[in-house]
Amino acid sequence: MDKNMKILIVDDFSTMRRIIKNLLRDLGFTNTTEADDGQTALPVLKSGSFDFLITDWNMPGMTGIELLKAVREDPNLNSLPVLMVTAEAKKDQIIEAAQAGVNGYVVKPFTATVLQEKIEKIFERIEGS
Amino acid sequence: MSETTNQLAGNDDPNDSKSEIMAHAKAMVENLERGDSHEAFKVLEDLNKARDRTLFSEVGRLTRSLHSAITEFHIDIEMNQESQKEISRISDASDRLNYVINLTEDAANKTMDKVEEAIPAANMIQTTAEELKPEWESVLKGEVDPDQFRELHKKMGAFIDSTIVSSQGLGTNLSDILLAQDYQDLTGQVIKRVIQLVQEIEGSLVELVKTASSVEELAGIEKAQQVGKDSIEAEGPIINKEERVDVVSGQDDVDDLLSSLGF
Repeated sequence: MDKNMKILIVDDFSTMRRIIKNLLRDLGFTNTTEADDGQTALPVLKSGSFDFLITDWNMPGMTGIELLKAVREDPNLNSLPVLMVTAEAKKDQIIEAAQAGVNGYVVKPFTATVLQEKIEKIFERIEGS
Repeated sequence: MSETTNQLAGNDDPNDSKSEIMAHAKAMVENLERGDSHEAFKVLEDLNKARDRTLFSEVGRLTRSLHSAITEFHIDIEMNQESQKEISRISDASDRLNYVINLTEDAANKTMDKVEEAIPAANMIQTTAEELKPEWESVLKGEVDPDQFRELHKKMGAFIDSTIVSSQGLGTNLSDILLAQDYQDLTGQVIKRVIQLVQEIEGSLVELVKTASSVEELAGIEKAQQVGKDSIEAEGPIINKEERVDVVSGQDDVDDLLSSLGF
């Protein structure tokens, strides 16, 4: 796993973006960018070569699930690994995210260990395939 | 129309209208049996009027409760007499909740500032101690000559001095973090007031729904079937996980569900 990979963190709450950014830094990932919803995230993703997307679900403007679907529909972005970090905990939602092609799903509140495990698992699978 | 309005004022009792309908119905049957269809139609017309009157009275009642529900949404005017403005309690509640968002955001940021400040100091203590540990262990093993010992003695002194300074800083940061939690008391009070308002509004709305449904019943309007809620709509944090079967109870559940889907 490349510790210099470019990561986009999308959440409408700046404190949550900051927490995720700090946790990522503790894990050795320092190349992070932030966006506050899907609408602002999508152009950022299209303009830069990001290696990983971490997104919330419930956001104004464009939600995380819509962002995930847009990413999967975009031929330049469709293989981007996406981790959902959200308070949305309905089984139907998790199934929908899985069907939309999410690579991992973390429910809030979460721990640093869970975040680390899910990121490692995502990249293990990508590197193994 | 004014006649109707006057009539309905004293006709709020549904039992009155029932007996009125009954009387009309009997009269109509009698007329029909006599073969007097002209008279029967007249009675039918009266019957329709009676139905309309009840409907009007219910609409009147609905309008009155709607009006009182709306006025109850307003904050006490006496409190704002200087400004002569009626501030809606709803927008007041929104302001209060925004205040909660601001307070909690500030507290979260303050806490994270202090943590970010403390991390380098804590790391410094750890790395210096780890560096000194093997040297200190060689002293205990008697592997150090006097010159090396003097050097180590100096390093040890510097480490102790810097540890005193850093740990004082860490202590300050920790108590700042503690103090940053004072928002809970304030936000708790604000949220309690908003809950109270929401409950009052719910009470008024329930009354309104009751009145509206009796009008619907009289007017023969069928209630629209409740459309199933879109399960995919974002809901935010689930606060009653124990009572719900459609939600996961934690990360382990998420992992189980995903692995059942082949993840």
